[in-house]
Amino acid sequence: MTQVTKLTLGPVLFNWKPERLKDFYFRIADESVFDTVHVGEVVCSKRTPFLEPVWPEIVERLTAAGKEVVLSSLALIMSDRELEQARGLAASDGVLVEANDISVAAMMAGRPFVAGPLLNIYNEGTLATLEAMGAMRICLPAELAAGPIAALAAAAATDIEVQAFGRLPLAISARCYAARARNLAKDGCQYVCADDPDGMAVETLDEVPFLAVNGTQTMSYHTMDLLAEVGGLAAAGVGRFRLWPHSVDMAQVAALFRAVLDNRVEVAEAETRLADLCPDAEFANGYIHGRPGHLFIEENA
Amino acid sequence: MMAAAAAPALARPELVCPAGTPAALRSAVDAGADCVYVGFRDETNARNFPGLNFSRKELGEGIVYAHERGAKVLVAVNTFPRAGQPELWHQAVDDVARLRADAIILADIGLIDYAARTHPELRLHLSVQAAASNPEAIRFYADRYGIRRVVLPRVLTVQEIAAINSRISPVETEVFVFGGLCVMAEGRCALSSYVTGQSPNMNGVCSPAGAVRYTETSQGVTSELGGFTINQFAANEPAGYPTLCKGRFIARDKASYLFEEPTSLNTLTILPDLIRAGVTAFKIEGRQRGRAYVAAVVQAFRAGIDAVMAGRPLPDIDLDRITEGGKQTTGAYEKAWR
Repeated sequence: MTQVTKLTLGPVLFNWKPERLKDFYFRIADESVFDTVHVGEVVCSKRTPFLEPVWPEIVERLTAAGKEVVLSSLALIMSDRELEQARGLAASDGVLVEANDISVAAMMAGRPFVAGPLLNIYNEGTLATLEAMGAMRICLPAELAAGPIAALAAAAATDIEVQAFGRLPLAISARCYAARARNLAKDGCQYVCADDPDGMAVETLDEVPFLAVNGTQTMSYHTMDLLAEVGGLAAAGVGRFRLWPHSVDMAQVAALFRAVLDNRVEVAEAETRLADLCPDAEFANGYIHGRPGHLFIEENA
Repeated sequence: MMAAAAAPALARPELVCPAGTPAALRSAVDAGADCVYVGFRDETNARNFPGLNFSRKELGEGIVYAHERGAKVLVAVNTFPRAGQPELWHQAVDDVARLRADAIILADIGLIDYAARTHPELRLHLSVQAAASNPEAIRFYADRYGIRRVVLPRVLTVQEIAAINSRISPVETEVFVFGGLCVMAEGRCALSSYVTGQSPNMNGVCSPAGAVRYTETSQGVTSELGGFTINQFAANEPAGYPTLCKGRFIARDKASYLFEEPTSLNTLTILPDLIRAGVTAFKIEGRQRGRAYVAAVVQAFRAGIDAVMAGRPLPDIDLDRITEGGKQTTGAYEKAWR
């Protein structure tokens, strides 16, 4: 009955150039231990026209490498154009779709789909509804603590996924803060969000790192690191962990999480190696301990 | 936008007013509110502030007071129930039905499902915290659960609202017309818990007072939330409340109100556009505000709606003294805001 805990690579949330995306995903296809890889634009519909030409090639390469591929939907769907885009995604044949807005889940109803972390799934009632609609995997919101996660994993008939690495998506808006930081409006944004491949750092007035801006999305400044917690969460029934793409060696980050889950590396050793892989990152795990999300709580402290 | 003359007869929108206390409920009804919205004194609603909200007894009395004067009472149970502990939320839904409120305002799919199954006679409104921002999302709640009205998230332009209204009939829409302004899609923001451990979705609070600290320095006053500096004020400046998305931060070596300035939503000048967009109800934010605020805003919008419906010019009413920092915006309703 013991099932191997799986690793998911979340969709790239940042505005990476098509060539960069291709290189990134090809390496993931060829050299990573990810079981599942998400592609697609989640944050801003203005980015999609540039990316659409490269997705088929990326999906093909990932599939050929034996990865399960999931197409992630936009998170905030407002205009007719965005709705049409979502309908096109929901009509995709032979590939899984991740709903990051309830409208996409509704379009998928009756067929298997992934319920994304940007849906509000906080309790058993909502979980059961999504499962009845066809959700075969459910990635939980970032702010949930280990207690509620365990309760949901116990109640779930499907696979529960938890975010375990990367800057956390905390908020989405109609307004673009990358543009606003440069006194531009969203309509004439000049795609400036591409200047910050891991998000634009936001500091307090006394220069304390605070948040990160990815266009219309606001993220944590800190990088979520659940290396110390994944074992316990897996024991509580969590079936998968999601790592968010960053411009670090994601294949090696995945290998590290795999090694910890397989008890091949001590957590302390893994933490040191993760810090080496992400020299610019400050780590946090507060949410999982029921504390403010930016904190890093030592398990044995 | 269509010219008024070419449009079919306009429906008169309802004015939906906040009440954080029984006294505020009576003030709002007396000032001309068509509806008053309230919450219970616990984590089940998104204004879970100390000293605010209603006991069951107070709600029962408030409903009687409103009904005797032809006004309705809507009850918000619009946080997301905690896994393993749904009882508090289920009890709130049961009590709203028992006390015969005119509608319940819900955000969580599981709780909506519970309400629709347990109390089929209860009128359901979808909270802004559900962030239903397109016709497909709205139809999901209407078709599955019989949601009758949707409070739209403050991310949409007037044009987008008109397009939504043309495609979701007979579901009604309600929009915010005045008060505090979320700049993120509501119900989809965890900034507060990232900084303080408590969020709108889980605890019904944003930037909670318990996490606020003001520190005096030689230059003036620093406002903090959860230990992070949200803003700094000169000695002669009033120190505003550190709502975290209305603070000053540094990005690209420049300090600015990166997300939004301390400002209030005020749509008095675009009321005719919102009415023509087919909105059924106009909502005033501010269950945490005092009676004077509620009365002043209700009177202003009562006069505004009545003027538009009578074909008169909009009254020129100055609400500066009750807006945050004396600043006003029409927010996302105009596309340039984005």
